[in-house]
Amino acid sequence: MELSFSSEELAFRDEVRAFIRDNLPRDVQQRMIEGREIGKQDIVDWQRKLNAKGWAVPHWPRAWGGQNWSPVHEYILIDELQSAPAPQPLPFNVSMVGPVIATFGSDEQKKTFLPGTANLDIWWCQGFSEPGAGSDLAGLKTTARREGDFYVINGQKTWTTLAQYADWIFVLARTNPQAAKKQEGISFILVDMKTPGITVRPIQLIDGGHEVNEVWFDEVKVPAENLVGEENKGWDYAKFLLGNERTSIARVGVSKQRLRRVRELAAKERAGDARLLDAPWFREKLAGIEIDLKALEITQLRVLAEARKSGKHGAPDPKSSILKIKGSEIQQATTELLMDVVGPLAMPYQRSTDAEDDGNATPIGPDDAAYAAPTYFNWRKISIYGGSNEIQRNIIAKAILGF
Amino acid sequence: MDFDFTDEQRLLRDSVAKLFANRYGDFEKRNGYAKQPDGFDRAIWTEYAEVGLLALPFDEKHGGFGGGPVETMIVMEEIGKNLALEPYLPSVVFAGAILRHGASDAVKDEIIPKIAAGEAIIAVAHTERQSRYDLNDVTTTARRDGDGYVIEGDKTVVIGGNSADYLIVSARMSGARRDRDGIALFLVDAKAEGVSRRGYAMQDGLHGAEVSLANVRVPASRRVGNLPVLERAADEAIAAVCAEAVGVMEALIAMTVDYMKTRKQFGVAISVFQALQHRAVDMYVAAEQARSMAIFAALSAASDDAKERGEAMAMAKSAIGKAARFVGQQAIQLHGGIGMTMEYKAGHLFKRLTMIDLQFGDADHHLRRLAA
Ligand SMILES: Cc1cc2nc3c(=O)[nH]c(=O)nc-3n(C[C@H](O)[C@H](O)[C@H](O)COP(=O)(O)OP(=O)(O)OC[C@H]3O[C@@H](n4cnc5c(N)ncnc54)[C@H](O)[C@@H]3O)c2cc1C
Repeated sequence: MELSFSSEELAFRDEVRAFIRDNLPRDVQQRMIEGREIGKQDIVDWQRKLNAKGWAVPHWPRAWGGQNWSPVHEYILIDELQSAPAPQPLPFNVSMVGPVIATFGSDEQKKTFLPGTANLDIWWCQGFSEPGAGSDLAGLKTTARREGDFYVINGQKTWTTLAQYADWIFVLARTNPQAAKKQEGISFILVDMKTPGITVRPIQLIDGGHEVNEVWFDEVKVPAENLVGEENKGWDYAKFLLGNERTSIARVGVSKQRLRRVRELAAKERAGDARLLDAPWFREKLAGIEIDLKALEITQLRVLAEARKSGKHGAPDPKSSILKIKGSEIQQATTELLMDVVGPLAMPYQRSTDAEDDGNATPIGPDDAAYAAPTYFNWRKISIYGGSNEIQRNIIAKAILGF
Repeated sequence: MDFDFTDEQRLLRDSVAKLFANRYGDFEKRNGYAKQPDGFDRAIWTEYAEVGLLALPFDEKHGGFGGGPVETMIVMEEIGKNLALEPYLPSVVFAGAILRHGASDAVKDEIIPKIAAGEAIIAVAHTERQSRYDLNDVTTTARRDGDGYVIEGDKTVVIGGNSADYLIVSARMSGARRDRDGIALFLVDAKAEGVSRRGYAMQDGLHGAEVSLANVRVPASRRVGNLPVLERAADEAIAAVCAEAVGVMEALIAMTVDYMKTRKQFGVAISVFQALQHRAVDMYVAAEQARSMAIFAALSAASDDAKERGEAMAMAKSAIGKAARFVGQQAIQLHGGIGMTMEYKAGHLFKRLTMIDLQFGDADHHLRRLAA
């Protein structure tokens, strides 16, 4: 057994660090440190830089920009991006629809979509969830009716992240309402967001931000060649897409970065006559989270080592669910701790992007005060989406209890 | 031992509940109130006055109703359930307690009737950039000048400070930044020369202000107390905010349980999943334990023994803070995505619970106070 990376892996890590240092705009990094939003163009520009370097889609097939790296290399890149912090390549593109098209799509689809998906010339959004189909995704009701060379889509998707930026949406829709099992009648279809009949309506979240939307489909005509793979096999592709996630789900780097930030802020805040960072009770709290995070990091590495042995697309490992559960709980604990550091100064609402902002021009309190509470509120989402923590526990229960 | 309300207390609860049912029964209306210039609806404040709520904790001889902490608890719990936006806690409970315990009869005779009539709102300006939750950490100064004082300093997150007609400002007359001695409280006209304010909404929709005092002159007669008075008033405010938290938790649990019974996934109401049942149970357990502590706080709030009272408040606020975090987080989780939206009340209840923990000292702060 050996815990440390090989010298080759360490050299790669240094290369990633140097690349980030030399290429990531400072203002983007600073906004991310403070928990502020970053704009669409910043995300696009950064993904293009990564893509030019060959780092946007290293896990894809070689023909489409993949690097044939080991899972450890993939992890090192993601971990360094997360802890820099730098934007990660857009997950809807690189982890979701890209691998699905690369694996199940037609040659035509690969040529049409994959280069632009890697380079973020096409911004994808994920049209899976519906008001009635969240955890029970197979309960979805959106339909795609075949009419000659077209599918006609009707229904409503919701919680669609950044649909307001999206050029295309990948949709799960029911093509066979008569199928014996509800999973069997679903297809995976690519839809241009400019198609007539699509309406995007914003949903405001409790932190005041606009990151999710409702997407309505009213008689939306889509060329039949936009079906991915076979008709009525969409559920398999969706499962493939959702099970693909092993390297970034725990977001260890995000938590590392936030704990660093907690330390920085706590070194500036005072608790009585001393620095908050020096207060024993505070150090204990911080250390408690650091212990949890270290365990998660090693669990993450064990999952990766296993994947390296069994090949990346081996059977989903129930330990991936541990990564999701602990990863989200720890991230949530770090946002909570950051808010506690800011203390009463986290109370004023001072989002600068909100149109109804009452003009709190000069920030109140320390750096990060403005976003401490909103980030805490917003981060409650991560134990809900991507398979809620209850659903992840069901997966582990099935595995360990054998039912 | 008796945990029942008297008939009068029940009447009070019913009249407050009725007021809020009218005004806040439709949650969307709250948005409209919050957008008004003061961050709340003045007409509702007038109704508080008409029902007698604004006179509740004051002595009859100053035009009050002589209510105690239990009456305040009753009002605050309803405020919590409805997420009412009016500045009852800062003005009537907190500032009111300072006036009751620290002001001269002349000041009481002048100010309390105005509060009772809804004509004056008062906010307590005590928090400073460096003070966190410590009431004795004061850099704002008050210097004697002729027959008055001159106040100089900055206060932050003054809850209710945006709409206040008067501010009660803690200021240091002598000693070092964290000395317990040398702190005095002054009733300052919010429009006095040298007072500047920047009002804002807070995360939970309530409003507050940053307050700067530059060479503000205050007559000697407007000195309304010292640190022990501030601490006593803060203890009463803590008891009140504990009751508010209990109201918020009760409403949030009711919403969550309702949602679980109606939300269907996998062909069944999600309330049939035992993992979720037990979570709801844990929320209920936490809220009932919190309610016990809110009652304990209310029944200890009138004690003249500062040490005993302070310990009771530290216990209660610490327990409430912990319960508030747990119940809030679980409620969002059990709702799934819908709990994360601005449109839906659950998220707002969660945000208020979060802010209650940060008000008057969070769970850690009070735990340490107790363990010290
Ligand atoms: C911020 C955000 C962004 C999102 N982005 C996208 C996106 O881009 N595209 C997209 O398609 N979707 C997106 N989602 C949707 C997300 O995947 C769903 O919210 C998630 O699947 C949960 O569904 P739900 O919200 O309907 O909750 P529900 O499924 O109704 O769950 C409610 C509660 O019941 C629990 N529960 C449900 N079933 C069980 C069970 N069998 N056993 C035990 N407990 C159970 C859940 O864990 C939860 O606590 C996003 C969600 C959020 C909050």
